[in-house]
Amino acid sequence: MSSTTATHAPPQAGVNYLNARRGLLSWVFTLDHKRIGIMYLVGVMGAFLLGGVFALKLRTELLTVGKTIMDPDTYNQAFTLHGAVMVFLFIIPGIPAALGNFCLPLMLGAKDVAFPRLNLMSFHLWMWGAIFFVIVLLTGGLDTGWTFYTPYSTTTNTSVIWAVMGAFILGFSSIFTGLNFIVTIHKMRPPGMTFFKMPLFLWGLYATALIQILATPVLGITLLLLAIERAFKLGIFDATLGGDPVLFQHFFWFYSHPAVYIMILPAFAVVSELIAVHSRKEIFGYKFIGLSSVAIAIIGFVVWGHHMFVSGQSTMAATVFSFLTFFVAIPSAIKVFNWLATLYKGSIRINTPMLYALGFIWLFTIGGVTGLFLSTMSTDVHLHDTYFVVAHFHYVMVAGTLWGFLGGLHHWWPKITGKMYHDGVGMFASITAFVGFNLTFFPQFIMGTRGMPRRYYDYLEEFQFLHVLSTVGAYVLAVGLFTVLFLLIHSLMKGKKAPHNPWGAASLEWQTATPPITENFHETPKAGNPYAVYDFEYDAATGDYKRVAFSDSTH
Amino acid sequence: MSSTIETAVAPSGHAHAAHHWHEDPETHLAHHFDTPQQQFDSGKLGIWLFLVTEILFFSGLFCAYTIYRHFHPEVFVYASKFLDTNMGFINTLVLIFSSLTAAWAVRNAQLNQKKSLVINIVLTIACAFAFMGIKYVEYSHKIHDGLLPGPAYTRGLEPPAAAAAGHAAAVDPTAGMDRPDNVHIFFGIYFFMTGLHGFHVLAGIVVWLWLLKRAIKGEFNTKYFGPIDYAALYWHIVDLIWIYLFPLLYLIH
Repeated sequence: MSSTTATHAPPQAGVNYLNARRGLLSWVFTLDHKRIGIMYLVGVMGAFLLGGVFALKLRTELLTVGKTIMDPDTYNQAFTLHGAVMVFLFIIPGIPAALGNFCLPLMLGAKDVAFPRLNLMSFHLWMWGAIFFVIVLLTGGLDTGWTFYTPYSTTTNTSVIWAVMGAFILGFSSIFTGLNFIVTIHKMRPPGMTFFKMPLFLWGLYATALIQILATPVLGITLLLLAIERAFKLGIFDATLGGDPVLFQHFFWFYSHPAVYIMILPAFAVVSELIAVHSRKEIFGYKFIGLSSVAIAIIGFVVWGHHMFVSGQSTMAATVFSFLTFFVAIPSAIKVFNWLATLYKGSIRINTPMLYALGFIWLFTIGGVTGLFLSTMSTDVHLHDTYFVVAHFHYVMVAGTLWGFLGGLHHWWPKITGKMYHDGVGMFASITAFVGFNLTFFPQFIMGTRGMPRRYYDYLEEFQFLHVLSTVGAYVLAVGLFTVLFLLIHSLMKGKKAPHNPWGAASLEWQTATPPITENFHETPKAGNPYAVYDFEYDAATGDYKRVAFSDSTH
Repeated sequence: MSSTIETAVAPSGHAHAAHHWHEDPETHLAHHFDTPQQQFDSGKLGIWLFLVTEILFFSGLFCAYTIYRHFHPEVFVYASKFLDTNMGFINTLVLIFSSLTAAWAVRNAQLNQKKSLVINIVLTIACAFAFMGIKYVEYSHKIHDGLLPGPAYTRGLEPPAAAAAGHAAAVDPTAGMDRPDNVHIFFGIYFFMTGLHGFHVLAGIVVWLWLLKRAIKGEFNTKYFGPIDYAALYWHIVDLIWIYLFPLLYLIH
């Protein structure tokens, strides 16, 4: 028992990382990973709001045939900025940089990440990237689509260079976060925590970080080439100067396909935590879940050509890319089956984080299965550049990353802020968002199979009913998400004080005070089995879970 | 019970420690590491990962080089004749020598040889400046001769009279060869690759100057030489990239 009292933080005298120092500068130049995580959290949620406003404008425009609220050029800019802001400013940094920054050192029982200054620099770079995108908004917008395809991106007269340099800077922010996480996981695990005794969230962040450092530099050089091409007519991507525009697509997708796994792997990792903790059961198939993340990271590097089936690559290349793409389904399905097996005969607690986790499994499975239609060449030629693709990647990226992000946010919220939120309202918001999401994007699958092309300003009358459904769905989704915002602000203002371990989780971030002290732990905690939820029993007197045993062995 | 007592006194002390980064003057151990060894190993893994990202950053350019050389071999054969192999060779020697002094500096730091450490860092910086100086001369010649990327390329495109007046004295390295189309592509790749490499040399100069200042203050010793080690590794990769650039751009035929 003595070892267990040492790992569980005692009641606090009220000093924690949030109130240890005050003033704006104590935040802007903090080296504390928890504060950096919170700044990211505020930043990415702001970006999400901005991207969401663009989305609502787009859906409103598509409510009727012809012009509804904006002209075609504005529409082109709105969908471009919706995509670029969501991808570069929200989805990619969302889970790793915000939740990951907060949780990773805590889960390792460490005081901080390996390079705290580099971590702060990542955040400052993120801010600069965001500022560049604001400049884009103010200087003529951007209408290339978030993919910046040449030759249009070298000829349009919108602010391509600002946007490209913004994404370039954000890329470095991402690289440095990934580098920091890999070194921290390798070098700062506590005694007793082998790789196979880490919480699965860390496996997911590790696999994500591998992609961040291996793929993002290629995006960096591609964007730099594009910016120089535009500014000085370098002749690499410009066909009139002897360059090759398709080379841009190869370079771009060499990064951006692995990048979709930067978006989804952390969400997988969050869901693994949520399912295990809220099923009150040890995770099923720990090694398979952990290693499948690494498998997805590796396979993700060799499938980029499936974005280019109709770009004129050779049939041989397309066949190989198609074949390899199917392999992604295997580790993805391994995860889903293991989560279901964890739920089986668990003591499932239906609360807000768990609803997001269950919603994730449902939505991601739809997104994943429709991916198979697109990796099959013959069907892809039919579905390419239609709403089917739009629906597919929203099911994966929004339902994946956003559901993972919100689930994780509600799960760790008590630890981050020291406050509880109203669980009933949280569940209402989650269900509303779930209904709204399906109503938005399921009709888009149907439209896509019937030939509605993506990115079009106008459409035929026969598509209007489905477009109206989709737009109404977007409004319902917005209601759900604004409810989340209201819920969290209310929790900050009036929330009940959170206990140290409200969910009865066994991983180390719950074994310190709520909110944690600046140095996380008074002494390096002893790491046991991160999923030994049976070691904790609910104590009705304090509303907290108390440790009653210490299990070391996994599985 | 004992842990409760510890908490009562701990918070202010911990908050204090976290923000002032009390470091041991000999090992410079940051507050979040347990041992100097852990700190050194973390830095070493970090710099190696950074070098991996550097290689991938340049790999896009090597890939572009390969593709365009495959598409337009005649452009590369023709245009590379304009590059000054002697200057490229001297620059290669300069960088290889600076890698030696950088490696030597690491050894000096490990052995507490403060004076040699300072000398070797100064030599490394001097070589970096020499490299950039020679590069400047090369760039000036190219710009003067209109050997530039994209539409800025003019060599051989001006009317014969003007060409005769402008380059009468210059020996034409491509005499007897037909000028292929799109020669500017080679110079686009040349300027981008060597320019990005030159940028890394400049960044290296900044790092070495910062370390020189710290070395003069005597901050490095047997127990703390990580930054010198990491900078030297970075310097080797900058050197190594040039060792690939030199044959690929200058020596082909």
